[in-house]
Amino acid sequence: MAQTIAPHFSQVAHQFDSAEQQRDAATLGMWIFLATEVMFFGGLFTTYSVYRALHPLAFAEVSRHLNITLGTINTAVLIASSFTMVLAVYGAQHSRRKMLVLCLVLTMLLGSVFLGIKFYEYYQKFVEHFVPGSAFQFPAPYTREAEMFFSLYFLMTGLHALHMIVGLGLLATLTILAWRGRFSSSYYNPVELSGLYWHFVDLIWIFLYPLLYLIGHHLR
Amino acid sequence: MEAVESSAAPRVHYLNINYGWKSWLLTTDHKRIALLYLVSITLFFFLGGLFAVLIRIKLLTPGTALVMPETYNKLFTMHGIIMVFFFLIPSIPGVLGNFLIPLMIGARDVAFPRLNLASWYLFNLAGLIMLYTVVNGGVDTGWTFYPPYSSAFANTNVAAAVLAIFIAGFSSILTGLNFVVTIHTMRAPGLTWFRLPLFIWSMYATSIIFILGTPVLAITLLLVGAERLLHIGVFDPAYGGDPILFQHLFWFYSHPAVYIMVLPSMGVISELVPTFARKQIYGYKFVAFSSVAIAVLGFLVWGHHLFVSGQSVYAGMVFSFLSYAVAIPSAVKVFNWTATLHKSSLSFDAPMLYAFGFIGLFTIGGLTGLFVAALGVNVHVHDTYFVIAHFHYIMVGGAVMGYLGGIHYWWPKISGRRYPEGWARLAALIVFVGFNLTFFPQFLLGYMGMPRRYYAYPPEFQTLNVMSTAGASILGVGYVLPLIYLIWSMRYGPAAEANPWPSTGLEWQTTSPPPTNNFEKTPVVTNEPYDFPELARQRASGALKESEQPA
Repeated sequence: MAQTIAPHFSQVAHQFDSAEQQRDAATLGMWIFLATEVMFFGGLFTTYSVYRALHPLAFAEVSRHLNITLGTINTAVLIASSFTMVLAVYGAQHSRRKMLVLCLVLTMLLGSVFLGIKFYEYYQKFVEHFVPGSAFQFPAPYTREAEMFFSLYFLMTGLHALHMIVGLGLLATLTILAWRGRFSSSYYNPVELSGLYWHFVDLIWIFLYPLLYLIGHHLR
Repeated sequence: MEAVESSAAPRVHYLNINYGWKSWLLTTDHKRIALLYLVSITLFFFLGGLFAVLIRIKLLTPGTALVMPETYNKLFTMHGIIMVFFFLIPSIPGVLGNFLIPLMIGARDVAFPRLNLASWYLFNLAGLIMLYTVVNGGVDTGWTFYPPYSSAFANTNVAAAVLAIFIAGFSSILTGLNFVVTIHTMRAPGLTWFRLPLFIWSMYATSIIFILGTPVLAITLLLVGAERLLHIGVFDPAYGGDPILFQHLFWFYSHPAVYIMVLPSMGVISELVPTFARKQIYGYKFVAFSSVAIAVLGFLVWGHHLFVSGQSVYAGMVFSFLSYAVAIPSAVKVFNWTATLHKSSLSFDAPMLYAFGFIGLFTIGGLTGLFVAALGVNVHVHDTYFVIAHFHYIMVGGAVMGYLGGIHYWWPKISGRRYPEGWARLAALIVFVGFNLTFFPQFLLGYMGMPRRYYAYPPEFQTLNVMSTAGASILGVGYVLPLIYLIWSMRYGPAAEANPWPSTGLEWQTTSPPPTNNFEKTPVVTNEPYDFPELARQRASGALKESEQPA
């Protein structure tokens, strides 16, 4: 069914000469967009790394107050979601509509689990008075540095979570289109490009996790 | 516009294909979007100019005059923010880049036309927030937003201004993305990389900076905004933060941003010089690669803004060396333009007068850039009017001259009308004289020690300040004149032919103004770029007769 409908949907926009040119343009566009995202998060990672280098003992002490178990579970959840995303792209490439829809739904589920755990962690931090502001509490002598650490922690994981939510929106749109049989082996570029974005957001977490949770634990 | 048409059925082109506000505000035609940008940035240019006028009137007198010191701080801040983020950065990419890139590469549109329109809307949203900032009392941090003043102490609309620039940044990022994809994937058959017009090369280099630099500014301003609104510590020393880190991050974008402003103008000049010299450009590949070299090296020189900020002396040495290095590709361009003029048959139409202005003023701006890149001299002239004069020679003498030259050069293609040549030459001359009278005295003031951004100054500096203000009023006349006669020409100017100068390049092979789809059929390129002998042969044999018919 998908094969017969797809050519009708995959019409080439007026500015392009061929479907191939359109696909090349969209793919290059997504890679460039990801490059801008690397620079965007790069500024944040730089800021964090500079302060981590300026206050190594303080940052090590504060990062021991993060929940490593939940962080590790979340890392596994996210890697699993990347795997189901790859399977979704495979399903689209081979015109297997049921597999595509199932894997997209699984990816969204895993993404939601990640966000759920993340927000539970936020809740814990709120209870422990680790949210920067007037109610912030942290034992001396690292009170000020701890507030800085948690400012950066919430900014970095918050921006990452925002990207996850955008990704969930993309996947939801794809799922509806896939359900209607829009994608097939002759037209699957949107699935592939959304997959690129999803992997990129996962990759950001792969850097956030050691930076925030793991490094410097031996420092006292 | 139909008033002076003589033929019974006027030719359908992108301007008259349909009318009404919807056909403009919802257009995805790159040429119409270019005109939308033209309207937006012209408004901001004159708003930023108004602030400059007020600054210059205040500086006529050494003591209190016209405005209070607090207001003066706001005036130079808003002049800087509006001119940099709302005029110079989007000017040539938004107007000429949008209009010309698809035409020059023989495409029907940019790769993502709806994204292109979205960029314009983002720009205007940012502009509206900026106007709100201005009306709501302005902002007084200087366009550089240095913390901790901007994040903890300033009592003005810092958050709104930062938000405006954040959004304007995404408009630039999307424009850059669109241009790079368009240039990579949509070139006409036969249009290899080394057959591209040099304007395309410089827009490509500019887009690279948009893509890699602007996100860093966005995150930096986001951090300042978060620090200010949420009262958290990011750059605040009280929390163990480092204000110098802000300066590093800010200039990582904002120094390359200078090349965002001047590279497109260099691209325009690289089109003007061969056209009006009727000669192939000297050293095409050197000019092309120097654009890329400027974009790459431009990312490695930001530390020269921090020579007196508490940066390590070794970092200072490296940044000083790299700042000298970036002068090499800039000089390559100037030498190649000059070599192109050698033994050419030169004509002195208004665009070429702007090109001459650019080459001279940019050279002065570039050479004084070497002064301030030297560690020792920098300490002496740091934050003085010497620096103000230096970067105005680049950004006004360079970027704005190139922009005006380009607007005049492509005006027949954009509007389908000729502008009045005599008035245009006069305006170019007035701009050149007014510019030099405004900014050359500032080199002297700075060298004698007048600091930038100061409200009051010692009486012995008054003569040079009066000269500068007098020059600014002449410059103002030079900027208002084109506004008047270009608008006049849209109705009363004589109809333009397809290739009026004449020049090579695909944009001149379609009619003026072009049809919505740019070309009747996709052109095939067989010539090297700037092949003027071939153009002369074609025109002699009448091969271009048909498309030469006036609209």
